[in-house]
Amino acid sequence: MKDLFAVIMLSGIYGLLSASFFVSMDAVDVAFTEASVGAGISTLLMLVAITMTGRTENPSRHKPLLALAVVIVTGSLLIYGTLDMPYFGSAQAPIHQHVAPRYINDSMQEVGVPNIVTSVLASYRAFDTFGEVVVIFTAGMGVLALLSAVRRPRDVAEIDSFNKSMYEEHLILRIVAKMLIPFILLFALYVQFHGDYGPGGGFQAGVIFAAAIILYAMLFGMNTARRVINQSFIQLFAAIGVLLYGSVGVISLLNGKNFLDYSILSADPIAGQHLGILLIELGVGFTVASVMVIIFFNFAGRRNNQQNKENNDSC
Amino acid sequence: MNISSVLLLLIGSFLCISGGVGILRFPDFYTRMHAVGVTETLATAMILIGLMLQNPDGLVVVKLMIILLMTLFISPTASHALASAAVHNNLMPELDNKEDNKKVKSSNP
Repeated sequence: MKDLFAVIMLSGIYGLLSASFFVSMDAVDVAFTEASVGAGISTLLMLVAITMTGRTENPSRHKPLLALAVVIVTGSLLIYGTLDMPYFGSAQAPIHQHVAPRYINDSMQEVGVPNIVTSVLASYRAFDTFGEVVVIFTAGMGVLALLSAVRRPRDVAEIDSFNKSMYEEHLILRIVAKMLIPFILLFALYVQFHGDYGPGGGFQAGVIFAAAIILYAMLFGMNTARRVINQSFIQLFAAIGVLLYGSVGVISLLNGKNFLDYSILSADPIAGQHLGILLIELGVGFTVASVMVIIFFNFAGRRNNQQNKENNDSC
Repeated sequence: MNISSVLLLLIGSFLCISGGVGILRFPDFYTRMHAVGVTETLATAMILIGLMLQNPDGLVVVKLMIILLMTLFISPTASHALASAAVHNNLMPELDNKEDNKKVKSSNP
């Protein structure tokens, strides 16, 4: 497949299909994440990336046979590894013996959140989730360090006139988007705060929130979007998210409990757990949303700069 | 109630299938898009109303109503965006007779 656009669309379709088989296996939270991240935002970010790299793949110089050999060897090793694993769905599998029964039986008494996935993700396994948030934050910082776009004031006028011509072109899209964006933001907030009771949580909510902002930026121009959310503000929020998560952990540490043990946060341990989960989900939501917007803004801003440079060269 | 719900669901599924047949059978991009874009909106509306009749009270109806409203906005807009992107990239509709085709090509170099 040489056309990168088609590859990206196929990967988006793959994301949507895997979301639907997660639904059919009753893993609604995973399906939700896959639909919003795999089919939604990663497709979008890859599309932004190919506006910079160009649409077709470079002719490859290495031999395909060697790559095929490596793939076959790795694949057969992986298949050999799976031979030792328990049968699919077997009740004796270690994953069903080790901690899962405890989570399922005691989660309601210990954490008191109806959605067990959230209680595992945000309370029992909070340290792992903290690691994930830090990874996302680091990715955002990496994009900032590599691609951070410096804009000259003269470009702003050019972009403004460009925006005016775009306004006529995408009139229908803009009007519909204007009607939809408030609902998308509202839905993101619902997913954020309803994560304790149903599928959802910080990751999905952050991605949906970022998608609304990216939709706005795509249809109304980068410059207008920057006026709504400026770069330093969003960078601050990315940091605040990680900081909020970490400081909840440190508070419980200072109060003589383990890192990220929320039962100390309130007099009643279950209320403490609720508060802790709410706070760290908020932290996750902040970081994910702002990092997605940072990545998009930097890619798109760089694209604008490139275009301007080409225009100047041709003049 | 139940019969009308089943009827609506069946009509909706039939429209979905006919849209799918259309995407395979029609000759060029615009007619294919037309086939899907038109049937899909009506089909989703039919299926959602059929589902609402299955469970006529409670929160489910409200949620389905919101989904219906969203689809009514989004799917025509998506079709519009797709078609206008195709026009923007100079994709010509396949015309029936060859002389017309030439005329269109010469008028839009």
